[in-house]
Amino acid sequence: MDSVRSGSPADRPSRVGYLPDRDQTLMKLLVAGPFGVGKTTLIRTLSEIATLHTEEAMTETGRPVDDLAGLPEKATTTVAVDFGRLTLPGNLVLYMFGTPGQRRFFPLWQDIARGALGALVLADTRRLADSFEIMDMVEEQGLPYAVAVNCFPDAPGHSVEVLRAHLDLHPATPLLLCDARERGASLDALIALAEHVLDGLPAEAAPAPAASVPPAPAPAASAAEERP
Amino acid sequence: MTAVPRRRMVPAYLATGGRTRPGTAGFDRLTVLFADRAEPPRELEPEHHRLWELLRPGALTVVEAAAHLRLPVSATVFLAADLVEAGCLRARAPIPRAQQTDRSIVERLLVGLRALR
Repeated sequence: MDSVRSGSPADRPSRVGYLPDRDQTLMKLLVAGPFGVGKTTLIRTLSEIATLHTEEAMTETGRPVDDLAGLPEKATTTVAVDFGRLTLPGNLVLYMFGTPGQRRFFPLWQDIARGALGALVLADTRRLADSFEIMDMVEEQGLPYAVAVNCFPDAPGHSVEVLRAHLDLHPATPLLLCDARERGASLDALIALAEHVLDGLPAEAAPAPAASVPPAPAPAASAAEERP
Repeated sequence: MTAVPRRRMVPAYLATGGRTRPGTAGFDRLTVLFADRAEPPRELEPEHHRLWELLRPGALTVVEAAAHLRLPVSATVFLAADLVEAGCLRARAPIPRAQQTDRSIVERLLVGLRALR
């Protein structure tokens, strides 16, 4: 990438990865899971830009506001949300958002999930149960998801069947073993997710039979004139 | 590089001029922002100018602009809406208007991901 504009370094961040085109289709997937499961690692593995994060200030749900009277600094919690970007052939840009796995951040989670195509839920065999909460949240949100078990070197290996049973997965939900540090394995996880998302979408509706809507006449009036 | 979390210098409510405004409804984390030719009016806040300067060389999404400016997404949306209103910024939806169904979009995603494999 050429850096023609190297002047005025004062305020401008030194390496901003601008979008190359203005007509790209942007889409979003969530990378969800408990703390330390490898969300940011996977995003970093795939992202073409240095992983960025936003600081999201949010009021924690379930904590009575009255308790915080006189403690305005504690009224909100700041959560860092990591994300990355991957440009794909076909004029597409995929954004991957690492989303916190705790229910107390559900409002923030819902906000990030809006418009997402699906979620990749990461799990760790040493603490599979830690991924249950996020799986529940993803299901409540109605987002299709795949589960990728991030294979840490010191983690016990289990067969896919055993893992499926432990995670109580729907038979159609993909489960993969993955190393979030490897690009190929991480791409495979996203491919499995995208295939699953596609399976869940209704087949393309056949073109409506002769539904040529004439622009001028009011359809309500013409319908009323039709005999039963 | 891992950015070290640190407190913002300017609280979010000051960055937005201490007010809420209508006109931000259409904005999303992935709304694409790009600067127009016109410079922001002098009377706008320094934060507006920072956003506009950031976008001068090229387009970014709201969430990327927020990350680079170390502002919350919500504050960035306010700033962007002001700049759009002032005619110095343009915004477009993540999916260009001419585009079709969820299915065709996911199909394109799948083709794109497989091509990288």
